Amino acid sequence: MKYADEFRDPEKARALIDAIGLTLKRVTIPDDRPLHIMEVCGGHTHSIFRYGLQRMVPDTIEFVHGPGCPVCVLPMGRVDDCVTIAETDGVIFTTFGDAMRVPGSKGSLLQARAGGADVRMVYSPLDALTLAEKNPDSEVVFFALGFETTMPSTALTVLEAKRRGVSNFSMICQHITIIPTLKALLDDPQAQIDGFIGPGHVSMVIGNRGYDFIPTEHNKPFVVAGFEPLDLLQSLLMVLTQLAEGRATVENQYARIVPEDGNAEAMRAIAEVYEEREHCDWRGLGNIEASGVRFRKEYHRYDAELKFGLVQAQVPDPAICQCGDVVRGIIKPTQCAAYGRQCTPQTPLGALMVSSEGACAAYHQFDAAGIDH
Amino acid sequence: MSRIPESHRSQTGKVRGSAVTLAHGAGGRSMQDLIDDVFLSEFGSNNLSDLNDSARLEAGAHALAFTTDSFVIDPIFFPGGDIGKLAVYGTVNDLAVSGAQPIALSFSIIVEEGFAISELRQIARSARAAADDAGVSIVTGDTKVVNRGCADGIFINTAGIGQIAAELNLSPKNIMAGDRVLVSNSIGEHGAAIMVARGDLGLETELISDCRSLVSMCTALAQGIPGLRAMRDATRGGVAAVLNEFADASGTSVFIDEASLPLKPEVRGVSEILGLDPLYLANEGLFVAVVSEADADAAVALLRDLPGGENVTLIGEVRTDPAGVLIMNALLGGQRLVDMPDGDQLPRIC
Amino acid sequence: MCLGIPGVVQEITDREAFLAVVDISGVRRKVNVACVAAAEALDDLTGQWVLVHAGFAMAIIDEAEAEKTLELLQLLGEVNEEHLAMLNSAQPGPQPGQ
Repeated sequence: MKYADEFRDPEKARALIDAIGLTLKRVTIPDDRPLHIMEVCGGHTHSIFRYGLQRMVPDTIEFVHGPGCPVCVLPMGRVDDCVTIAETDGVIFTTFGDAMRVPGSKGSLLQARAGGADVRMVYSPLDALTLAEKNPDSEVVFFALGFETTMPSTALTVLEAKRRGVSNFSMICQHITIIPTLKALLDDPQAQIDGFIGPGHVSMVIGNRGYDFIPTEHNKPFVVAGFEPLDLLQSLLMVLTQLAEGRATVENQYARIVPEDGNAEAMRAIAEVYEEREHCDWRGLGNIEASGVRFRKEYHRYDAELKFGLVQAQVPDPAICQCGDVVRGIIKPTQCAAYGRQCTPQTPLGALMVSSEGACAAYHQFDAAGIDH
Repeated sequence: MSRIPESHRSQTGKVRGSAVTLAHGAGGRSMQDLIDDVFLSEFGSNNLSDLNDSARLEAGAHALAFTTDSFVIDPIFFPGGDIGKLAVYGTVNDLAVSGAQPIALSFSIIVEEGFAISELRQIARSARAAADDAGVSIVTGDTKVVNRGCADGIFINTAGIGQIAAELNLSPKNIMAGDRVLVSNSIGEHGAAIMVARGDLGLETELISDCRSLVSMCTALAQGIPGLRAMRDATRGGVAAVLNEFADASGTSVFIDEASLPLKPEVRGVSEILGLDPLYLANEGLFVAVVSEADADAAVALLRDLPGGENVTLIGEVRTDPAGVLIMNALLGGQRLVDMPDGDQLPRIC
Repeated sequence: MCLGIPGVVQEITDREAFLAVVDISGVRRKVNVACVAAAEALDDLTGQWVLVHAGFAMAIIDEAEAEKTLELLQLLGEVNEEHLAMLNSAQPGPQPGQ
C-alpha cells in the first residue's frame, strides 16, 4: 500500500529510535517521573499499541493517551439518548461501529439491537442517507460523533439531504472540537504534560494556526503527526529536539496530508451547518465550555434531538472513576482505585476501559497476561 | 460446540446479561462463557468437556471422530460458495483437523416457506459437489419448513463421522516450547469476502471466500509428520482465536511475526478501511498447525506440494513465558498482545 | 475519530453529487470528493492519491512532501551511524536508546 508501507520501514524506525536516544540525552527529565508526551488523538493511541511503540522507546519517555478518542469520552447520557431514539417505532438507527459497544446507563446500542431495535452500522454518513431514501416509511437517524475530522462528512451529508430533498433523515450531533479541549487540559494546574503529538487528521481540516497558544502561552512543543509508526516516531523526535533546544513551536510532521491552513471547503461546510454549543459534556472530563457544535437554525429539521423532542439525559460518571486524571496525565491507569477491581474490560465503569483503545483497557490486557506495560 | 480453553472450564455464573446476544455466537470469549456456563455444566461428559473440533470415540482397532456444526450465513450465496458448500466443508474440516478421514455426513435443513426451490436445488448441488471433492457421502438428512420470518431463509446442520488411526494423538495439550506455528493459506479471506458481499459497506472487490476442503492437507500432515502436535481450522474468531486457545490449553505462549503473515492486498485493504485486524477475520479453508521445530520445514514442504498449499507459511513459534497468551512481534520490532476476541469485530473510524 | 486511508481516484461517477470511485489496495468504494475538488476541476482528480475518511476524500496527498519526509529519515539513518560511531569511540558505555 502506497503511503503506508514506506512509513512502516523497520530500518528507518531503528534510525529514529537511535536519534531519539541521542536527543534524549540533551533533554532534562523530571526527577519524579518520566517525560510525558501526550498524543491527543485516539488514532495515534491505536497505532502506538498496534506497533508496540511504547516499549520501543527509552523508558524515560511515557506516552500519555489524551482525550482524542471520541468513543472514550462519550458520556453515558448521550448513549442513553441514542438508545431511546433507536427503540422508537419506525426508526432505523445508524452509527459508526465504534459507538455500538459503549455502555450507557440502560445498556449499549448493541444490546438495544438484541432487544429488537433496528440498529445498523454504516461506514459513511452518506450510506445512512441512502438508507433513508430506500426506506421512505422509516425515519433514519445517524449518530454523528467525532472531532473535526468527521464533521465535514456529516455536514456535507446534511447538505446532500437538503439537495436531494430527503426529509426522513436526521442526526444526533455529538461532534466535539479539539482546541477548547486542549485549552481545558492545559489550564489544569495539575496536568503534567511536557509536549504534544498533535492530531494529524483533525489538522488536515482545521489547519495548524489554532495551536499557536500552546507554545506561546504554555511553552509546550506541539508536533502535528501522521498515523504510521514512522510518523509517530519522527514526531516524538521533533518534540524531543524542541525540548533539547529549549524551544516550543508548532511543527508539522504530516505535511503530505496537512496544509497549514487546513481544508477551506471542509471548513465552509462545517460553518454552514453547525454552530458552537455553549456546553458539552465529556465522559471523564465533565463539562468543557464551547467544546462541541450543534445544528444551525436553518438545519433544525435534520436535528434528531428536536425531531424526537429529546431532553439530553444527564448521567454522572461513577464517583470512583478517575478517567479524567488518567487522560490529563496526572495518574497512570493502575493508580486508579477502581482499576482491575470494579472496573475491568468485561465490566467497564470508566470510559477508558470501555473502548479497546482506551488506555485502561490496554493496560489491563497486559496486566492479565503478566507482561510489563 | 467446541473449544474452551482449560482455564475456562465448567464454571457457572460466567454468562453476562440475561439474553443471548450475537457475541454469544461469535467464536470468542462470550461464546466460551455461554457454552461453559449453560451447556457444559449440564452435559459434562469427559469427551464433551475436551471441546475439540470432533469428539473421539474408541471403536476397536480404530477410533471414530464425531462432530456437528450448524450454518447460518448472510448472504446465502456469496463469492466463492454458498451455504451448501459451506455446510459440507465446515463439518468435513472439523473432522480433518482432528486427523480423521471423513466417512459420512448428515445434512439437515430448516427452511422458510417461500424459499425458491431453484435456490434449494442449487444449494443441494454445491453440497454434493463439495462432498464428492472431500471423498465423503451424505447418508442421512432431515427437512423442516417453518413459517415465513422464523428462519433467515435457510439454516443447515451437518454432522459427520470419520476414522482416526488409533495411534494418532493430536491435542493442543501436546504443544510445547520450541514448536513452530503454520497457517495453510493467506488469512481472513472468507470474513472479508462476506463483509463485502453483504453490500451495506459499499465496498467492491474481486475477493472470494476461501471455502474449501482441508482433508488432503490435514491427512498428509497427520500421516507424514510425526512432530505434528495439533491442528485447528480458523473459522469464527480467526487465527487469533485458535492461537489463544492453543496457548491456553498448553500453558505456553505463542509468538507470531507480523511481517510473515500471508495477506492478500484486498483483505488488507478491507481491514485498513474498516479498521479491522485480519487475525480476527473468519476463514473457511484455512487451518493452523503446530509442529515440532525439527519437522517444521518438512511440514511446509509437504503442504506446498499439495493443491491449495501454495500459501502455507510459518508464522511463529511457541515459548514458555508468559503462559497462556498470544503475542505479535509487530513490524518494527515492538510487541503487542493479541487477545481472545469477544464478539464480532466492529468497523471503526477512530 | 480519525481513521484515514490513502487511495487512488479511478473515475468520477456522479458530478452533481461529487462522487468518485477510489481504489484502496484493490478495494473500490464510492467516495465524496467535494472537499478536494471544485466542480470544474473534477476531471483533474483521476489518478490522484487522496486520503479517505468515512466515505469522504479529505485531502489530496502531496507526493513531494511524502518524499521529503522519507528522504529526511534516510539521511537521519546515515547521520546516526556517524554519530554513534563517534560516540562509541569517544566514550565506551551503554548504547543510547536501549
